[in-house]
Amino acid sequence: MEDMSAIVLEQADRLFAQHIDKKVLSAADAGQWSDALWSAMEDAGLPLALVPEMKGGAGLAPDVAANLIRRSAFHSVPLPLAETMIANALWTDAGGEVIAGAVTLAPVNPHDRITLASNRTGATLQGIARHVAWGKQAPIALVLASDANGNAFLCRVPTGKARSNKTRRNVAYEPREDVDFGGVQLAASDFLPAPACLDADGLMPFGAAIRVQQMIGGMERCMDYALSYANERVQFGRPIAKFQAIQHMLAIAAGHFAAASAAGDALTETPRLGDNALAVAIAKSRCGESAGQVAALCHQVHGAMGFTQEHPLHYATRRLWSWRDEWGAEPWWQEKIGRMICEQGGDGFWPLLVDPPATAGAA
Amino acid sequence: MHAFRFESLTLPPEAEEMRRKVRAFLQEERDTGRYAAHRTSWSTFDPEFSKRAAKAGFIGMTWPKQYGGGEYSNLQRFVVTEEMLAAGAPGGAHWIADRQSGPQILKHGSERARQLILPKIAAGECYFGIGMSEPDSGSDLAAARTKADKVEGGWVINGTKIWTSNAHRVHYLIVLARTEPLSENRHAGLSQFIVDTSSEGIEIRPIMNLSGGHEFNEVFFKSCFVPDDMMIGKPGEGWTRVTGELAFERAGPDRFMSDIRLLVELVDKIGREPNERQAVEIGRLAAHFATLRRMSSSIAGLLERGESPVTEAALVKDVGTAFEREVPEMVRKLLPIEASLDDDDEYSQAMAHVLLHAPSFTIRGGTPEILRGMIARGLGLR
Repeated sequence: MEDMSAIVLEQADRLFAQHIDKKVLSAADAGQWSDALWSAMEDAGLPLALVPEMKGGAGLAPDVAANLIRRSAFHSVPLPLAETMIANALWTDAGGEVIAGAVTLAPVNPHDRITLASNRTGATLQGIARHVAWGKQAPIALVLASDANGNAFLCRVPTGKARSNKTRRNVAYEPREDVDFGGVQLAASDFLPAPACLDADGLMPFGAAIRVQQMIGGMERCMDYALSYANERVQFGRPIAKFQAIQHMLAIAAGHFAAASAAGDALTETPRLGDNALAVAIAKSRCGESAGQVAALCHQVHGAMGFTQEHPLHYATRRLWSWRDEWGAEPWWQEKIGRMICEQGGDGFWPLLVDPPATAGAA
Repeated sequence: MHAFRFESLTLPPEAEEMRRKVRAFLQEERDTGRYAAHRTSWSTFDPEFSKRAAKAGFIGMTWPKQYGGGEYSNLQRFVVTEEMLAAGAPGGAHWIADRQSGPQILKHGSERARQLILPKIAAGECYFGIGMSEPDSGSDLAAARTKADKVEGGWVINGTKIWTSNAHRVHYLIVLARTEPLSENRHAGLSQFIVDTSSEGIEIRPIMNLSGGHEFNEVFFKSCFVPDDMMIGKPGEGWTRVTGELAFERAGPDRFMSDIRLLVELVDKIGREPNERQAVEIGRLAAHFATLRRMSSSIAGLLERGESPVTEAALVKDVGTAFEREVPEMVRKLLPIEASLDDDDEYSQAMAHVLLHAPSFTIRGGTPEILRGMIARGLGLR
């Protein structure tokens, strides 16, 4: 089984390396959707990685799926692969069939609410979701909406039916659209009662969980660039790697990277990476902080070169700066953890972090 | 990049069973008033507590039964260590002996040393100090000048050790000494010895620390005789022995839990309804804390498999002690309470106590400057 996972990851890694180069990434920066890359990923079955085999997916173990997302981020895949993986896992869990093509998730912002009103032929949606990844370009959005009685539904919404008036990009130049679902009509087969895992915090832990794995992959790329550069760049007659100041910067960055990886590993102990909301809160908080530090330190090692379009470092760092903000920036998750701890009192601090999640509850 | 190994570890059921056991022991200790939670748990020297902990089976846990051990796994021991720290248990008397000296003797000591010493450590009656640093060699350990000369039946030690915690109240020191003159290879010619502190030729001078406590000492060896079978390993193996010992010393929960009691007291002081800033900062510190615990338990798993993750241990210590240093700095911003040594407010005292100990967190057991050099080597930069 371990061999199989290694093969899956190696193949995916090769696929990413084959299809992603500077040209593809610059085109993505300019807003172009890479059909070739998406088809290659779809042919390899990657979007269905988290769907159980009996439902038509690859049924990868959570740790393998997490590594797959990390590798995709290492290569800066400029498409909603991770979103599609999670969307399919949740939709099939709710009883739906796998969805072909790219799927994005909404709402992203914890303060946005989408409502659903059923009628004779199906249902109508209302509400705006901000900052939806590839909200126009992904053909389908999986939307979490609730009706007047507070029942939650997952909705399969063709994005062509919704309105997106303004083009909005994050600092990685990736589309993050404000999507207005107002008046979108759904057929009865396009919405299903949301699975129980969405009860407490909606999509937030699932979206945050994929950003966590992406940040870890992105940080690894930055470290790789910085370590190579430090060993190659000669100043004052020797490679800058030989200077203690540089060594210490990279040792600190390695500490942040290791901590982020450990926090991200904690999410692979449940089937869909986002099931344990407390572990997600801890990981999003810790990884977000690491991402900022690793990006800053790796830029510093690269000097002016890293601040150019020519050097590829920016494809990784701009994504780190985006991902740490999305699906709840650090303080949003930290406040949740802090309130949960204070609610329990000082004596509850240790058991909350140590005892198995069954007693820890959701964030 | 060359990824350091921090594999996920799920603690096995027997470790969680051990957690219930040690929690029950600690609860009873507190309920009966035998100790109040200490803010510097593993620096608090309390031989009576150590004896009771030993009786309950919590010292020398992983060692063979023939030497008084419990033949438990490293992971069971890990759980006991972290629970002791979380509860602020005063484990300072046995800490060094249990954590590193005992394992070192078990692995590399003579049979007589094992039989003589290990059962006494496991009984909570025998304590150790670390004789590595010298007045002219702290971080630069290989510059040690303390000498051991071969004589009939043993070795004679001459030299000075410093920063020797508890030298005045422990039974043995493990002393690093030169058994050959300094040569081109600075790491060659060093050896480790188990030295009985009641031997002739040892003089101990106290050094008070800035918090007013007496832990540090300077130890003078003047023709101090050590029998052959109190050498650890073979002559010249000292450097390898010392670095191996430091892997045990560096990655345990004691490298990020030194001030956990301050966090606990902070949460109680703030109460159930924190303001936004308090909640955010407590959440942030908790995220750091929980992550460090994962890293530390991962190292415990590697040790359990018989590996010696020296670089990973250095990394956990660097990240862990940086966190320990940050806790009092962050905490003081969350409540308008001034640290005081004798305020009626317990919390004010807790802050003072931790502030005055914090500088040592990033010095004892290897400074970040040394650790980062090791990490850089692991990254292929040196």
